[in-house]
Amino acid sequence: MVPIAQNPKAAMIKNPERYLQVAHAGMVFDTNDGDFIALRDIDLDIARGEFVSLIGHSGCGKSTLLNLVAGLTHPTSGSLLCAEREITGPGPDRGVVFQNHSLLPWFTCFDNVYLAVERVFGATETKEKLRDRTHAALKLVGLSHAEYKRPGEISGGMKQRVGIARALAMEPNMLLLDEPFGALDALTRAHLQDELMRIVGETGSTVLMVTHDVDEAVLLSDRIVMMTNGPAATIGEILHVPLARPRDRLGLAHDATYIDCRTAVLEFLYQKQRKMAA
Amino acid sequence: MSAVLPANDAGSAPVGITEINKPAAPAAAQAAAAPVAAPHTPSPRLVLARRRALILRFAAPLLGFAMFVLIWQVISHTGGGQLPGPAKVWVSAVEVFSDPFYIKGPNDQGIGWNIISSLKRVGIGFGLAAVIGIPLGFMIGRFQFLNHMTSPIISLLRPVSPLAWLPIGLLVFKSANPAAIWTIFISSIWPMIINTAMGVRQIPQDYTNVAKVLNLSEWKVFTKILFPAVLPFVLTGVRLAIGVAWLVIVAAEMLTGGVGIGFWVWDEWNNLNVQHIIIAIFVVGIVGLLLENALVLLARRFEYK
Repeated sequence: MVPIAQNPKAAMIKNPERYLQVAHAGMVFDTNDGDFIALRDIDLDIARGEFVSLIGHSGCGKSTLLNLVAGLTHPTSGSLLCAEREITGPGPDRGVVFQNHSLLPWFTCFDNVYLAVERVFGATETKEKLRDRTHAALKLVGLSHAEYKRPGEISGGMKQRVGIARALAMEPNMLLLDEPFGALDALTRAHLQDELMRIVGETGSTVLMVTHDVDEAVLLSDRIVMMTNGPAATIGEILHVPLARPRDRLGLAHDATYIDCRTAVLEFLYQKQRKMAA
Repeated sequence: MSAVLPANDAGSAPVGITEINKPAAPAAAQAAAAPVAAPHTPSPRLVLARRRALILRFAAPLLGFAMFVLIWQVISHTGGGQLPGPAKVWVSAVEVFSDPFYIKGPNDQGIGWNIISSLKRVGIGFGLAAVIGIPLGFMIGRFQFLNHMTSPIISLLRPVSPLAWLPIGLLVFKSANPAAIWTIFISSIWPMIINTAMGVRQIPQDYTNVAKVLNLSEWKVFTKILFPAVLPFVLTGVRLAIGVAWLVIVAAEMLTGGVGIGFWVWDEWNNLNVQHIIIAIFVVGIVGLLLENALVLLARRFEYK
């Protein structure tokens, strides 16, 4: 059933080319109207340090796939492996940033991040070291000045940055972003995309990001995974984005490769997978 | 580099000023920027708005009180002197409150002792209800089975008038004081159970997702997520419960006797001292108001956006 195990490549420890392995994964939800097939036959490998985006129309199961990788839900068929170990549940090795930031409103920004830091490093490090880590994570996202504010006192963009800091502070091997900038205005979104590029460049994280923004996908990704429309959604095409890093938003605006990639994704979304009127 | 960031993402005008003035302390700069923007002589419109707010805040309630006293006065005059007027009650109240802590035997004590006795009963009955009701509410909210098990009983018993429980208390405890406490307990436990359970059931998915993704221990989930998320609901239950408890105590004490504000009302009725009954009504109202406001203040302390 699971061919990965027999694969000679997979037998090598920590194969960097296949850090995350999704093999024949499928997801069927049990609803009142019978079974609903959300995902089928998902095969995807992600290399260490790679930035991969999942794009598709709403309802195509992008978030479902991300939740499978996060371990929040379990596939009804197939298997998911992270660093050659089966994903059985959520773990601090995969840091998740939710679309709606999901900060705890009764904690300050500092305490929100500290909760995650304490969970991962609390058993091995001193309190002082944990606090240093928290300060460093908030500094990385440029929020040192707002550490002791509560989420209700800061803007949406700042909240999202705290969410990113919380995920990064756990030093995850993999960063999972579920439409991280979807709820933000265009200017804030562009700014945070640049920040994310800088941070990922500094930390070398492996990233899987769900998005519905074509420009965001092209600008940030090494590969763009385009999904077909649901139900029974699967991977339609995978596009390599051969743009050198660091990338500059303004410089790329007239870059031929950038425009080609962008066009390819748009064609997939609006010609091959046109959203049917509901 | 990082100091410039806050201005870029917030995008509002005061923060833009911040960037130029004092990038290190945006909050302080923002606060300082607001009054500077306003002119020194307030516009006539602003003056009008302020005056309106003052009238609504102070003049209107005072007028309400004045009307109340006036109507009271008129009724006491036309009612053939049965109902004492405001002046008579005031004189009597001054007398009652000049010596609130006298003791002239078990059935004749100062108003202070009566209030304290009633508060003590409410405190014990309500405290026991909280100690049992809040954890029970947590469990009912957390476990579906327990919820389905208990909800028919709760639905059945909740609408029962609190005083119907008094004879059961008298029967079981064979004494008036524990029976009164029992009545407070049973009537104030329902709002706490129901509100706590509702709060647990309504915890946003976001928070539980955080708990899952961080893989927090059960204890951490309870102390850092579950408890703070449910606390506002618990406090609403507590506030409703204390309101019910204070309503019930007067009636319960009328029936059980002893020392207490309810018994005092009954005693003064037997003495036909109507002024004291009216004083008692005001005292009950004011103490209830104070309890309610104290809990509203406490609840506000734990409110989060």
